[in-house]
Amino acid sequence: MSIDLSQFHQVFFEESYEGLDAMESALLNLQPDNVDPETVNEIFRAAHSIKGGSGTFGFSGVADFTHVVETLLDEIRSGKRKITSETVDLFLKSVDCIRRMIQLLDAGKSCDIPEAKTLKAQYEDILERDEEPSSATDNISSDTATMIASSDADSLVKKWRIGFKPELDVLRTGNDPLRMFRELAELGALQVKADVSRVPQISTIDPEACYLSWQLELCADVSKSSIEEVFEWVIDECELTIEPLTDANNVTEALTEKSEPVPTQKVPESALNEPEPLTGSKTIVSVVGGVDVEPGVRNLVEKQATPDKSKVEVSSIRVGIDKVDSLINMVGELVITQSMLGELGRDFSMERLPKLLEGLDQLSQNTRELQESVMRIRMLPISFTFSRFPRLVHDLSRSMGKKIELKMLGEQTELDKTVMERIGDPLVHLVRNSLDHGIEQPEDRLKAGKSEVGTITLNAFHQSGSIVIQIIDDGAGLNKTKIMDKAVKNGLVAEGDSLPDEQIHDLIFKPGFSTADHISELSGRGVGMDVVRRNINELNGSVEVESVEGQGSTFTIRLPLTLAILDGQLIRVGDHVYILPLISIIESIQSFQGMVHRVVGGCDLLRLRNEYVPIIRLSDIFNIKPGVQEIEDGLLVVVEGDNMKVAIFVDDLEAQQQVVIKSLEENYKKVDGVSGATILGDGTVSLILDISGLIKLAGVQRNEYKLVSSDDGRAA
Amino acid sequence: MAKILAVDDSASMRQMVSFTLKGAGHEVVEASDGKQALDKAGEIQVDLVLSDVNMPVMDGIELVKALRALPNYKFTPILMLTTESAGDKKMEGKRAGATGWLVKPFNPEQLLATIKKVLG
Repeated sequence: MSIDLSQFHQVFFEESYEGLDAMESALLNLQPDNVDPETVNEIFRAAHSIKGGSGTFGFSGVADFTHVVETLLDEIRSGKRKITSETVDLFLKSVDCIRRMIQLLDAGKSCDIPEAKTLKAQYEDILERDEEPSSATDNISSDTATMIASSDADSLVKKWRIGFKPELDVLRTGNDPLRMFRELAELGALQVKADVSRVPQISTIDPEACYLSWQLELCADVSKSSIEEVFEWVIDECELTIEPLTDANNVTEALTEKSEPVPTQKVPESALNEPEPLTGSKTIVSVVGGVDVEPGVRNLVEKQATPDKSKVEVSSIRVGIDKVDSLINMVGELVITQSMLGELGRDFSMERLPKLLEGLDQLSQNTRELQESVMRIRMLPISFTFSRFPRLVHDLSRSMGKKIELKMLGEQTELDKTVMERIGDPLVHLVRNSLDHGIEQPEDRLKAGKSEVGTITLNAFHQSGSIVIQIIDDGAGLNKTKIMDKAVKNGLVAEGDSLPDEQIHDLIFKPGFSTADHISELSGRGVGMDVVRRNINELNGSVEVESVEGQGSTFTIRLPLTLAILDGQLIRVGDHVYILPLISIIESIQSFQGMVHRVVGGCDLLRLRNEYVPIIRLSDIFNIKPGVQEIEDGLLVVVEGDNMKVAIFVDDLEAQQQVVIKSLEENYKKVDGVSGATILGDGTVSLILDISGLIKLAGVQRNEYKLVSSDDGRAA
Repeated sequence: MAKILAVDDSASMRQMVSFTLKGAGHEVVEASDGKQALDKAGEIQVDLVLSDVNMPVMDGIELVKALRALPNYKFTPILMLTTESAGDKKMEGKRAGATGWLVKPFNPEQLLATIKKVLG
């Protein structure tokens, strides 16, 4: 029977990722001076499972590497070796390395990476350093090699005499001598004689003990080790002698002379009658010593790996059974409502109108509940994203010589999987930022009268239909003077302007802004906070900062719970209805004479308190017939996108409603200024506007309309 | 065909073992740790137990001890699935009352050959 092992690969990969995550978090919890044995055990178990699985499924690269990891862990576990922060770091690097290897395998590639060799050498170094050395560096397959070698070395003899005297307790481990004899009989003709001399008086007999011993004679062309293997499991619980006999007659004589004549017990007839050559024993050799994957299986694994290179990534999601149950429950109710309405429809009269309305009410409730349950299926706890931070903070704080404690709150807060995947990088950036710019060096903290250990808190919670994630540090806070200097230097603010604190803080999100005196490894990656804000805006979210100098900063991210549904504002221009994301709307105003300024060669500007906001006419951009020509006759919706405000000129505002987003890119092609489409209640298709895209299309340039003070407005 | 209890905390190993055994016509009961295995063994009398050694909650060695203490599992074959080729785990398992062992990694053919040894 040949089994395609590749069908188990995906499960193996997934459980390996989980195991690696568990290893990582356990390693981070490990205090070298106070080691909790259960934590070490947990780490060991994870490594052990990965080694076992990778060996079984033919990923020898991973198995070899994990083997050395496991060896060192085992020495630590058994107390032979002390754990140091050096070994913890080595283990953490190994976790990364194994994860990388598994990812490569998962993508259908070879897991041969140089890192593994370097790390392996380091392990071998440590393992050889003191008393517990050599065996650790053995390859897994070396066992097999010696096993095979020794069996080859044995001379093949035709006849064997075997003396087998098991301990009384042998049956209590589930070992049955009869089973072993049966196995021997498969090797060749077998004669068995029992020695009953140990059997006591019936009154003192223990029915569970094995008083018998045996003399066996095997006529087979096999090696001594093949016979020993039959007794492998009991070899320490019996007296076993295996002697070659060249002359068959002698054997029989010797046997009859020595032991009392007891009827010969014949074991499986067919085997006894026809002594078989080595064929049967071959499989057994590979069973017992077989650590290597058989060639056939390995070929299959390799074949599987090569053509798969362009494997399509299908991500899966684990859903709690309660969520599925509630979904099924909803569908059940929907079916009931549907049949009720169906009944009404077949036989409808006007008296039954209230009944119909009631039914429709119920239908809309069912639909809403169903929608919510379906959404919940895509929701995962944010701990999936948070889990990477302990490691990140550990590594970074070590490399910067800072002492930092990471607190995580609200890890069970649920969030849409896609949003979660896309919020990871911005979060990492913000945490790095807090580590690098926020938390001070220990000595500076002491000078400022704070505890030496800085705290970074990640907090997630739900608030009115969105999820809020906060990154709070108790560091130095934002330095307003530095920010202003920099902003003036970069031309973001005019010299001598005084801005309220919030606006100064907000400047750090402007493009091209960085206050670090010297670019460090962390924050000098060419990615600024403006990119963080843009990424979050793309998710229809927002990010803000609050800070008190000397006490720390709080970054607050607000995100929609899902990307599949959007709270939209319907707007009308001519015959067309468009949708604006509600979150991007700041205000809607009716403009009066004098509020709008015409700029020659540019677009119109709305004077809104002390700023000028460019006006975008959708009719120009999409080339449609406008309903209202004069700005005073319509409405202006002020929206924010790409860090700037624009006013969109519309005929009228219509309803606000939740809309289901359909991708244009997937169904048609990417259209500038449009982020998607949806189908309205009356069946018409409506486009969802993309503010940053619109700004680009309209050709509005940021620099022309930066903050200006109110008195020079008239000149514009 | 036999009823076999397969115990391993690794889902992929469990699936592989279970798939192989079912393919050979055996009935398989799965458990992901010793405690669960003990509960299952109490519900259904199985003919053979295949157990991993390193598991959370209750490890394989503890499982063997607990099973041997049950009157109807005194003589039931129990095989440890172990990677420790070094030997001390094997011996620990034996002392606890295990019948024998199968060294990981093994392939389906090796698994079936070993099962055949025990079940005949």
